[in-house]
Amino acid sequence: MSDAAPMSVEGEWRPKVALRIWIGRLFVGACVLAIVVSLLLLGALIIDVALDGAARLFNLPTILDVGFLTNFPSRFPARAGVYAGVIGTLYMMALTAAIAFPLGVGAAIYLEEYARPNWFLRFIQINISNLAGVPSIVYGLLGLQLFVRTMELERSVLAAALTMALLVMPIIIVSAQESLRAVPPSMREGAYALGATRWQMVRHSVLPYALGGMMTGNILAMSRAIGETAPLIIVGALTFVAFLPQDPLDPYTVLPIQIFNWISRPQADFQQVAAAGILLLLIMLLVMNSAAIVLRQRTRVRW
Amino acid sequence: MTVERSTQQDDAASLRGAIDQPQASVIHKLDEELALELRDVSVYYGRFQALDSISLDIAKRKVTALIGPSGCGKSTLLRCFNRMNDLIPSARMSGVIDYEGENILGDEVDAVDIRRRVGMVFQKPNPFPKSIYANVAFGPRVNGFKGDLDALVEASLRRAALWDEVHDILKTSGLALSGGQQQRLCIARAIAVQPDIILMDEPASALDPIATLKIEDLMRELAEQYTIIVVTHNMQQAARVSDYTAFLLAGQDRTGRLVEYGPTGTIFTTPQEKRTEDYITGRYG
Repeated sequence: MSDAAPMSVEGEWRPKVALRIWIGRLFVGACVLAIVVSLLLLGALIIDVALDGAARLFNLPTILDVGFLTNFPSRFPARAGVYAGVIGTLYMMALTAAIAFPLGVGAAIYLEEYARPNWFLRFIQINISNLAGVPSIVYGLLGLQLFVRTMELERSVLAAALTMALLVMPIIIVSAQESLRAVPPSMREGAYALGATRWQMVRHSVLPYALGGMMTGNILAMSRAIGETAPLIIVGALTFVAFLPQDPLDPYTVLPIQIFNWISRPQADFQQVAAAGILLLLIMLLVMNSAAIVLRQRTRVRW
Repeated sequence: MTVERSTQQDDAASLRGAIDQPQASVIHKLDEELALELRDVSVYYGRFQALDSISLDIAKRKVTALIGPSGCGKSTLLRCFNRMNDLIPSARMSGVIDYEGENILGDEVDAVDIRRRVGMVFQKPNPFPKSIYANVAFGPRVNGFKGDLDALVEASLRRAALWDEVHDILKTSGLALSGGQQQRLCIARAIAVQPDIILMDEPASALDPIATLKIEDLMRELAEQYTIIVVTHNMQQAARVSDYTAFLLAGQDRTGRLVEYGPTGTIFTTPQEKRTEDYITGRYG
């Protein structure tokens, strides 16, 4: 035990409590302003699109204008529909997920659970994070050379899905790594201490608790891909398609390209059709993101 | 009972003149059937030496306590017995831990096999977020147990004095139990793979006094069948539950060394080393 040191330090105290509280309020005010501005901009965008497109997408007697959903594109705005675009988008997204999810999750498991931490791992890690920020058109150029030309997949759904898989893989890997990291080390130690091998530990003691987060990351990555247009223009999505892709090597179109095509037409009626397409894309996005949230809530483990 | 007084010379330390205490240690030889024999066990984390030449014998079906202030390397030593240190990439172990003729630290020995025979209970209860049943069944399942799993789960829970409290809620999550129950679940989980030795790393430090007493009673009971090695900060606990006590202390180089080892009664009443006496009477840590 040391003797208590005397508390006699010279100095003056200026608490200025009122000022400090005001600075705190000022900060809250700035934050509220930031969110109001961004919500207003977003709200203006949605209202603008909805005013233009709702009439075309929704038809009061039928709730949803079936013709718009089931028609192929047409020269006549009144008969133009998004059928080919919606089916093409769903087809491509399913293929993309089927390719990107196993590859991305596998890579994440290797990086988190198996790879020894050294400079090479850090190098790979930094590059994966960087890849997530590469402009999507660059992936389009890569896909054009690699899939469309070298692998001779031509303008097919498969070529588009492979390109999209490359695009979303970094997002899937990073989010899967984060959900693996969220599993406490004590779960790994607990499994090891019972004589589990590394694979048994990963399979039974880590993956079950990381899977929900991985699925969420996957859906969010798909939400990113659903709106991508630039790389698909490069790998050759068609803009006017009057048929559906029958197998992965068929030509295709997707919703954003369809919208892009309509917007670039001079007739005012096509602007309305484009707005309806945008509204539909937004609804699809909303559904996917809601699914991600529900999944996250359902699979959350309270440690 | 023979007492051996040995003197170790730490060259690096004496060069720097950093060590303020003599490097003698008092190690009692045990007149017991032995579970483990340690010879010159050292552990390094990269260039840092965490443990220096620990040599002692662990008695079979007894409770051995490892005590010492924070950072003396007692948890590191415990984690040598089931090769948990392997999980730290920079860790390196040397020396011999003789376990039924095998060297646990040997390259030819498989850590997975060792961990089935040397179980472990951690400081913070860490049941898997699975049902109580699945928690206990985890070890038998990964180790390929073929037989009556229900009976094994029940026997393990009974052995861990938890069966009466959980027999009708086996399907609920292990995380729904109280802290003390969770720790007994972890003990049941460790017992279920039928180990010879159970390591406990401060098993009661996160529990309230009542739950702590239950764990201590359980340790005494389990010692009839298993060899138990327990790391503890709580000296009363070491005195209450253990048959033998090892006192470790880190020098100014932060490397842990064994200061004194012997029957718990002797260590706590008539320690041979002044440093042991100082620690036990509360002058360190």
